[in-house]
Amino acid sequence: MEKQFVFAGFGGQGILTTGLIIAHIGAMQDKEVTWIPSYGAEMRGGTANCTVKISDELIGSPFVKKIDILVAMNQPSIDKFLPQMKDDGIILVNSSIVKDVPRKGDIRVVEIPATEVCEKISYSRGTNICIIGALAACTDLFGKECYEEGIKHYFAKKPQFHESNLAAFQAGYDYVAKE
Amino acid sequence: MRTLMKGNNALAEAAILAGCRFFAGYPITPQTEILEYLSTRLPEVGGQFVQTESELAGINMVLGAAATGFRAMTSSSGPGFSLKQEGISYISSMELPAVIVDVMRYGIGLGNITLGQGDYFQAVKGGGHGGYKTLVYAPSSVQENVDYTILAFDKAEEYRTPVIILSDGAIGQMAESVKLPEGKEHDPNKFEWTLKGKDDTYPNGRKMTDRIYYDFKYTEYDPHIRDRYSAMEENEQMWEEVETEDAEIILVAYGITSRVCRGAVKAARANGVKLGMIRPITLWPFPKKALHKTNKTVKAYLAVEMNACGQMVEDVALYAQGTPVYAYPSGRVIADQEEILRIVDEIRAGTRKEAF
Repeated sequence: MEKQFVFAGFGGQGILTTGLIIAHIGAMQDKEVTWIPSYGAEMRGGTANCTVKISDELIGSPFVKKIDILVAMNQPSIDKFLPQMKDDGIILVNSSIVKDVPRKGDIRVVEIPATEVCEKISYSRGTNICIIGALAACTDLFGKECYEEGIKHYFAKKPQFHESNLAAFQAGYDYVAKE
Repeated sequence: MRTLMKGNNALAEAAILAGCRFFAGYPITPQTEILEYLSTRLPEVGGQFVQTESELAGINMVLGAAATGFRAMTSSSGPGFSLKQEGISYISSMELPAVIVDVMRYGIGLGNITLGQGDYFQAVKGGGHGGYKTLVYAPSSVQENVDYTILAFDKAEEYRTPVIILSDGAIGQMAESVKLPEGKEHDPNKFEWTLKGKDDTYPNGRKMTDRIYYDFKYTEYDPHIRDRYSAMEENEQMWEEVETEDAEIILVAYGITSRVCRGAVKAARANGVKLGMIRPITLWPFPKKALHKTNKTVKAYLAVEMNACGQMVEDVALYAQGTPVYAYPSGRVIADQEEILRIVDEIRAGTRKEAF
């Protein structure tokens, strides 16, 4: 098993951290993981992205050619990475921001209005964690508790946010599970 | 338990674990995290961190710290690494141990902040003046950043030489799971050759200058230098072999490029093509023993590296002893697995031009 992820959005949306949390969760399950950010001549307000690979075996190149799962937080990310999607891939979007996802072949598109979902639980900073909840619900990579444990561990130095983070995760999970 | 760490941070932590208590350097992408990390971590363990006014000051402060027996390190990239070359030559001439990290970026001059492998010649062939050599380690993962940084400090002292860690923008910026070993305590006063204070007189306390002036008779110096470097060359070659035993064609690649090649070997084998890889871990000394071992059986070597014209390929050709050598310098983009396989097909079909 080797899964290849791209997390992409505007700089400042926390997209690199979102990828890092997923890599962290993989590492905690003793998988081989790589995380690498794009860091060329990026500019504020431009697009940022990172690549995550999770595998049972030693990982070769950390760069992605064919994407299993694309997490897109803005429109340009979809346009940029759609051509690289695997035929049976998943595109997960924050539909509060991304309004128009072009359909292509058998690619599954999972839309979650993460901004609104998080407003409902009064935790507007939780959109990325909410997206991770949605990711947990639409893939069978790890059990739900692995994600919860991983999120808690990642934010171990900020215990005051544990409850809110897990609520955001649950809200994202429930939204997609119900779909 | 393994923890997820960024390559640069892991390298910096490894220096701490190796007993390094002095760092002086200047920020430049993509190695700045090393400074950033050590700026808080070194004071925590009673060490000294200096963000110097320039790379020149950084390397020369490391020279000073090394002269007193402390484990000392500096790091840079691109033009900043160029500025350190004079200092590396001086550290070599004084025969002091130090670790210098180059997290390679791409291109000539200012170049680009993205990853590259353009500093092979500079690191391996003596980027400074006078014909010194340094051990050069090329890590290909975050774990190896840890392992070879620790080894670099040990080897630097064993041979009293500067040691270069030739990382790159990808290995520095990526995060992977790592296992950190137990830390070591280093006693800076355990050596005979260090400066220890005003009461220490020569020859017990050295004059801290080029050894050519005081420590050797006129005719003794050159044999000493030759012995010194041939010992390193004989004893310190390190490499990894991947599926080389029955290989028809062998890829030679280091650092980040070797990871793409590992994938290519796997894909080729799945198609019944007998592809293997030699991955130099030390770039100097170049693992010529690995090539000498396979020269008899292999039909060709393909050197894959991330620069415009090919650099390491010259060393591959030097030790190939007549085995045909081909080059795939991938330029400013990382080597492509399919392109490697395509070139391997060309070599097998006899349509690819040899590198030299």
